[in-house]
Amino acid sequence: MSIWVLRGLRNGIVTTRWPKRPDEYADSWRGPVTVVPSPAASANSGGGTTRAHVALGLADVEAVCPTGAIEISDKPHVDTLTVDQGRCILCGRCVAARPDLFAWSRGATGPGAAALARQALVVPEHPETDEAIAAARVELAARTAALRRSVHIRHVDAGSDGSEEWEIQALLGPVYDVHRLGVFFTASPRHADVLMVTGAGTAGMTGPLRTTYDGMPDPKVVIAVGTDAISGGLLSSRFNGVAGVVPVDVWVPGSPPSPFAILNALLIATRRLVTGARR
Amino acid sequence: MTISSTEPTVAALREALSARIASGMRFAGVFAARRDGSLTLSAHVAVAGEIETLEAGLPPGAGSYPALTPEIDAAFWYERVIHDETGLIPQGHPRIAPLIAPGSPAEHALHRHVTGYGMFTIPHGPVRSGVLESMEYLVETPGEAIPHLNMRIFYKHRGIASRFTDASVSDGVLLAERTEGIASVAHTLAYCHAVEAIVDCEIPQEAALLRVVHAELERIANHLDVAMRLADAAGLAVATARFALHKERVMRLVSELCGNRFGRGVVVPGGVSAFPRKSPEWILAEIGPIQKQISVDAEALMGTSSFLDRLRGTGPLTCDRAREHGALGPIGKASGYTDDARLARPYDAYPQLNVEPVGQHSGGDAMTRLRVRFDEAARAFRFIRMALAELPERERLTPRMPCSPLDGRATGWAEAPQGEVLYDLTIDGGRIAHCQPRSASFHNLVLMHEVFAGDILTDFPFIEASFGLSVAGAAL
Repeated sequence: MSIWVLRGLRNGIVTTRWPKRPDEYADSWRGPVTVVPSPAASANSGGGTTRAHVALGLADVEAVCPTGAIEISDKPHVDTLTVDQGRCILCGRCVAARPDLFAWSRGATGPGAAALARQALVVPEHPETDEAIAAARVELAARTAALRRSVHIRHVDAGSDGSEEWEIQALLGPVYDVHRLGVFFTASPRHADVLMVTGAGTAGMTGPLRTTYDGMPDPKVVIAVGTDAISGGLLSSRFNGVAGVVPVDVWVPGSPPSPFAILNALLIATRRLVTGARR
Repeated sequence: MTISSTEPTVAALREALSARIASGMRFAGVFAARRDGSLTLSAHVAVAGEIETLEAGLPPGAGSYPALTPEIDAAFWYERVIHDETGLIPQGHPRIAPLIAPGSPAEHALHRHVTGYGMFTIPHGPVRSGVLESMEYLVETPGEAIPHLNMRIFYKHRGIASRFTDASVSDGVLLAERTEGIASVAHTLAYCHAVEAIVDCEIPQEAALLRVVHAELERIANHLDVAMRLADAAGLAVATARFALHKERVMRLVSELCGNRFGRGVVVPGGVSAFPRKSPEWILAEIGPIQKQISVDAEALMGTSSFLDRLRGTGPLTCDRAREHGALGPIGKASGYTDDARLARPYDAYPQLNVEPVGQHSGGDAMTRLRVRFDEAARAFRFIRMALAELPERERLTPRMPCSPLDGRATGWAEAPQGEVLYDLTIDGGRIAHCQPRSASFHNLVLMHEVFAGDILTDFPFIEASFGLSVAGAAL
C-alpha cells in the first residue's frame, strides 16, 4: 500500500483555500446571465434602471431565450428588462444577440451566486425583494445557529440530467474537499441537516423526495441545486422544479452550477459566509 | 445517412429484422411514434457504415401487435417503453410491466424470480446512499448472494423525447445536451449529424477536428469518473482522490476551452459554435501532465491486488450474451463485442485520424471493463493530440457552415463514453416534428439483470460502477 501513500503526495496540496482566500477559478467563473446596467440610470427607480423599450428594439428579445427567462415589463418606474436567473440555462443566446443588454455574471461565489428567496434570482433586483431576503436571512440564521461547525448533507436527485450529481460529487474530491470545512455527506436523512435537491421535480420522485425531507429532523435547510431544480429549466412546461415539494431555503442557479457555486450556497445556508447587503 | 425501408406489417418487420440480425447486423432499438396520424414502429439496425431504419405502420385502431422480443431478445425494454408511451400491447412479450411509467401497485407487484427458504427482496432506492442518480433496484437475496435483481427507472423519467416535438432545430441542441448530461457532447454530435444529414451539410475540417477533441475529453472525464467510483467502492481513499483530481483537471480544461465544464455549447449544426479560447499549444501543454499522471495512477490501481480481488470475476457478462444483445461501449468491448461507431460508422474527423483500436478483451468482468476504459482513455489522448496536430494552418478558419433546416428524416449517431448514441430526427416545416434519442445507457442497463453470477451484496457497487451508465439517459 505504500505506493498509494507516495501517489497521494505526488501533487502536493491541490485543495482550494476558498473561502479563506480567493480562488481564481471561482472568481473567473461564468455564471448565469445578468442585465447590463443602462448608462442612463433614472432617478425615479431607486437604484434600478429604466428604458424605453420601444427605442431599444426589445420586441424580439424575449423570444431569444429558450426557457423564458427574459421578461420585459410594461409598468412605469420599474425595471423594464429582467432576467430570471432561476430559468437561465446559460445557453448564451441573449448575450450573443444583444451584448449591449445581457452579459454573463462573473464569479461562482459571493452573495450574487446564490439566493435566499426565489424572487432574488430575478435581476436586476426589485427593491421590494430586499425585505423578503432580509426576512429569509433572519429566519434561516435562527434555524442554522447550531450548524456552524459540522454539517451533514443528504442529496436527492429529483430528475436531473446527471451533470449536477457530478458537480456535487466533486465537493468530496481533493480540490474542493468539503471535509476540511466540517461538511459531510450522509446516507440517512435522520442524520442530515441539509437537503440538496437536483433535477426538475419529476412525478416519480415527488413522493421519495418528500419522504426524505420529512425524515430529516429539525433544524434542516433545503438547497435547490441547479436551474432545473429551481424552475424546471427547459422542461418548465411540465415540471416546475422542487419548490412545490419541499420548502427551499437557498437557490443555486446554473446548468449545472459549478462545485464552487454549490459550496458557496452551502456555506450561505449554514451561515458561514456573510451574505452581504444585496441579497 | 439512413436507409429506410417500410414493411407492410409488424410481422413482416419482425421477419425482416430477424433476417438482418441473422446476417450479422446489430439490433439498435425499436420505437413507436405517431406519424401522419397513425402509429408507426421504427426499428434500427447497425451495419458497417450505416444505421438502417425499418418501419411498419399499424392499422388504425390497433391496440396490439406481435412482439419482437420473442425473436429479438434485445427488444425487451424497448417494447415495454412502447407499451408505456402508446398503450400498445406487444403480444407475446414476456413481461409487460411499466418501465418508464410509474404504474399501479398491482402492476408492480413483485414478481419473484427466485423462490426458496429465506428469500427476501431489498428495495434499494430511488433515494440512494451517496451522490447518485435516482433509481430503484429490487435485489432478491437470501441474505448475501444476489441470484436476481430487478430495476425500476421510472422515477427519473422526464419525457425529454417528446419535448423535442415542435422545438426549433437550435433548441434541439439544448435538449440533446441535457438528455444525458454527462455525455452532452456525444448527444449533440449525434443530433447534429442527423441535422447535417437531412440538410446535406458538410462541416469544415477544423470543426470536425475540434468536435473530436471535445468528444474525447468527455470520454476521458467519464472513464475517470468510473475509475474514481470503483476506487471509492473499494475504500481506496488515495486512489479515489487521485482520479477525482484528474477528472477535475479535465473538466477545468474543458471549461477553459469553451466556458462549460461539460463541453456544452460547442457542437452546433454545421460545425462548432466557436474556436477554443486556448491555442492548440496550450491544450497540448495542459494534457501532457494530466495524461502522464493518469497513466501512472491507472497502472498503480491495476496493480493493487486488494482492489483487483474485488473486480476479478465480478459481474461477468458472457461474450455470447454481449454479442446477442449488441452490448455497446466498454461493456461490450470487455466481453469481446466491439461495434465502435468511430470505427464502424466513422464521422467528423475520425476517418482521417488513425488510432489503432483497443485490443481484444474477453474477460467480461468488472476488471476487464475498467481495463477497457483505461485503454480508451489512453486512445482518447492520442486522438486529441492527432486532431490538434491536423488543425489546418491557414489564416481563415471557419467554425461552422450554414445549416438552415430542410424537411426530412435521418438518424445521426456518435460514440458516447457509454457507447453508441442514436438520434432519429424528423424535421417538418423547419421545426422538429419528431426526435427519438437512443442512449447507450438505455440499451445496456437491462444487462444488469444478467451479470450477477454468484456475486454478493458487497459486489453490487462494483458492478454498478463498472457499467458506468447514466440513469438520466436510460429513463429519458
